[in-house]
Amino acid sequence: MEKVFEAYKDKIPKSILEEVIEKTKGMNKSEIKKMLEKVREEYEKSLLDIGEAVGIVAAQSIGEPGTQMTMKTFHFAGVAELAVPQGLPRFIELVDVRRAPKMPMMWIYTKDPKDYEKTVEIAKKIEELEITKIAAIREDFIKKRIHVLVDMDKLKEEGLDFEEIKKRLEKAVRKKAKVEGENDIVFDLKVSTLKALRRYTNKLEEVRIKGVPNIKKAAVIKQDGEYVIQTEGTNLKGIMALSDKLIDKRRVRCNNVKEIEEVLGIEAARETLLREAKAVLDNQGLTVDVRHLMLLVDSMTASGVVRPVGRQGVSGMKSSVFARAAFEETVRHLLDAALRGEKDGLKGVTENIIVGQPIPIGTGTVGLIMKKK
Amino acid sequence: MLGTSVYLNGKLIGFHNNPKDLVQTIRDRRRNGKLPYEVTVAYYEDRNEVYINADEGRALRPLIIVEKGKPKLTKEHIKLLKEGKLSFDDLVKNGIIEYLDAEEEENAYIAITEDELTEEHTHLEIHPALILGVCSIISPYPEHNSAPRVPMTSAMIKQSLGLYALNYRLRTDTQSHIMYYPHVPIVKTKFHKIVGAEGKPAGQNFIVAIMPYRGYNINDAIVLNKASVERGLGRTVYFRTYETQERRYPGGQKDKFERPKPEISGYRGDEAYRFLDENGIIEPEFKVNGGDVVVGKTSPPRFLEEIGEFGGMIEEKRRENSLAIKQGESGYVDLVLITESESGNRLVKVRTRKEMVPEIGDKFAARHGQKGVVGLLVPQEDMPFSQSGIIPDMCMNPHAIPSRMTVGYLLEALGAKVGSLAGRHIDGTPFDNEKERDLREELKRYGFKPNGTEILYDGVTGERIKAEIYVGVIYYQKLKHLVSMKMHARARGPVQILTRQPTEGRAREGGLRFGEMERDCLIGHGTSMLLMERLLEESDKVTEMVCPRCGIIAINDQIRKKAYCPVCGSTEVYPIDMSYAFKLLLNELISMGILPKLNLTDKV
Ligand SMILES: [Zn+2]
Repeated sequence: MEKVFEAYKDKIPKSILEEVIEKTKGMNKSEIKKMLEKVREEYEKSLLDIGEAVGIVAAQSIGEPGTQMTMKTFHFAGVAELAVPQGLPRFIELVDVRRAPKMPMMWIYTKDPKDYEKTVEIAKKIEELEITKIAAIREDFIKKRIHVLVDMDKLKEEGLDFEEIKKRLEKAVRKKAKVEGENDIVFDLKVSTLKALRRYTNKLEEVRIKGVPNIKKAAVIKQDGEYVIQTEGTNLKGIMALSDKLIDKRRVRCNNVKEIEEVLGIEAARETLLREAKAVLDNQGLTVDVRHLMLLVDSMTASGVVRPVGRQGVSGMKSSVFARAAFEETVRHLLDAALRGEKDGLKGVTENIIVGQPIPIGTGTVGLIMKKK
Repeated sequence: MLGTSVYLNGKLIGFHNNPKDLVQTIRDRRRNGKLPYEVTVAYYEDRNEVYINADEGRALRPLIIVEKGKPKLTKEHIKLLKEGKLSFDDLVKNGIIEYLDAEEEENAYIAITEDELTEEHTHLEIHPALILGVCSIISPYPEHNSAPRVPMTSAMIKQSLGLYALNYRLRTDTQSHIMYYPHVPIVKTKFHKIVGAEGKPAGQNFIVAIMPYRGYNINDAIVLNKASVERGLGRTVYFRTYETQERRYPGGQKDKFERPKPEISGYRGDEAYRFLDENGIIEPEFKVNGGDVVVGKTSPPRFLEEIGEFGGMIEEKRRENSLAIKQGESGYVDLVLITESESGNRLVKVRTRKEMVPEIGDKFAARHGQKGVVGLLVPQEDMPFSQSGIIPDMCMNPHAIPSRMTVGYLLEALGAKVGSLAGRHIDGTPFDNEKERDLREELKRYGFKPNGTEILYDGVTGERIKAEIYVGVIYYQKLKHLVSMKMHARARGPVQILTRQPTEGRAREGGLRFGEMERDCLIGHGTSMLLMERLLEESDKVTEMVCPRCGIIAINDQIRKKAYCPVCGSTEVYPIDMSYAFKLLLNELISMGILPKLNLTDKV
């Protein structure tokens, strides 16, 4: 029995073969053989032919559901969650490869995702806290000093230590501070100008008490029976630098493609793009075959950097002068091409339509070669 | 603080310390007639601004002024109004009714009916339906329809064909339609008379059976009774006026109305001029078709001399410049008018008339946003009929009702059915109309089912239709989109001069555009050759001679039967197929200072 399937190992993809094995249980050998032959036939029929216009088909397959997307949601706000651009705005964001998405987010799993208490604790640790959130900074121009008035209630809420804050502040400006009254940290600065004083104020205002820079919010949500830290604001590098004991680095997710490209490289960026694009469509209840999305994502990342679709990206870098001129900025492309003495090999679709020759797709891929005598 | 900012017509004119007083004074003076009634004033407390408006372009709305919970309009006033001793203008002058614009409405608290008045109210609606515009107010039962249908109705009322003017026989509008037998709707509103829609109706009361008819009224199509149509249902006339004048040119030259002679340049052939009399003008009641000359006219030559066929200067002939019927139009000459234009030139206007009998494709609409296109004209004997022998004028598909929620349509049908039995008009005024319950009661008294349904028999088989069919009378309007004025197809035809691509539009006998998305489809199917046929072969294909050495399009000297390269002079040039648009692109590139060169290789 095994031998029958063995023969088809290289002829049918594994997943289909497994399905056949599963569904042919209880059949006799000749029946299975017939079945396998039929499956192979069907499989080969459904493979792409040479010259198939995959790009246009992908564009149409993504574009048509896209028209339905426009009419649906723009924003979607949950109770404990954050408002995230979804649907078409998010898809455009992905395709345009914005430096930062409207709502940059990360999803961080802890080592023990079932432990709620611990997850919350780590979330608090990650969340960025600036001094301005728990204290007011006042300048005293006459006495040339700066008061940092700490809100003791908030301090307690965040579970912070007063002395610890004082130390942090001292470190930031490299000056010793006095404590006046209950909550006033005073910096006596021997400066002569207002400008110098302001410089210290600015430095103090930037002091981060705790957390990872740029992680503006960290909420714990439940997803598939696990607790996940969902953050507003991203800092992949900062999160990856955290201890392995705290978080599961292999499961960290981020929706900022550009950042992933910088930190983890092009393959990770491609994967993220694909996952995010698919998530947008799934979310809208639209089914688009992944292969179409894969083609889109591949064409965006094939050059080794993530390039947007559009003038500065994929369309603007086509090799054909005519194709570029037909797309946008006609005159600029023509003049530049003339200056460089470019040659258009008429390899693409647009160029050939312009000059009036058969396009090299489908029936147009066939050519004739003269046989030498 | 400077006080409250005061704006007049949107411009800051000063500041005031007591805005409430200012606003009240202005209002009082307007009500006393010391200020024109169009002046409005609004006070925005939150922004501390007063807006006074006295400019044009604001829609104003009349309302009854209310003071201390009592409307200023009394029974006494109404009595005087009825006797004709008082006019509406008097009410405005005496501060009983005032006009508000959108801005002043923000300061007003308007009661819709008299019994909801409280101390706080400042105004009372004259009639609740007055929140609607001219078009919506003459549609019956609009408050029973879903909201988007109401403005749709208004949009369609504007397109309806009827009796738009009583002096239409004297008018020379470029295009106009008149309905043969327009009806006053059986279900009308109180405002039909006020708006003037009663004297100039645009539509007819159709007997409608809400039932499918053999698939010919799918997707909003309607099925009409052919016999009804032959009796004049939905019939209109189409008038079109052509005009031309004898213009004067500098240098004492003039156009001339005459029968153009064959030697004139641009002569259209004898047949085109066959209707013209000796003055070069057509007479009424001739049947004319597209291209027939209606007024023969010749113009003086553009240049006095020109180079003749065999060289040498000769005097140029007068130009043919006749007025002809537009391509694709036809009709009878209805009116020929000879007058003088403003500049004193002789002016001729010719009006043609054409009967437009409803045909498959003509558009009809009820007053509930229910529009449809004629799908079939059915002989009367094949239409369903009732026990009493009533045969509907129209079958409307029931699928048009539930998703659109036009309950008003059904109420109108019911109302008009009662109206036609009782011989009276039914009041369907918005928010203030005859109630469904009463209509049903009355219908019952006339021996019909109170729910409006009837038992019908299939006209083809004679069998009883199992379902009870809702039959009623609906006022249908014929809309100005008539197929005969839109239908268009082309196989071969004219091309544009610049690009040599087919022209666009019905008037120019144009092709149908094979656009970018259609192009994408052919690419997606990989049908390369079909795409080339659409975009090149059936469009602007040319064969140009190209010099293989310079890559430049060669000069093709037709007289000397020789093609040569304009750069190197070589006569070794090859024919290349390309689109004329591409040839044009090459020319334009050259004009930009870019020299594009074509690289020729053998196909095989
Ligand atoms: Zn040459």
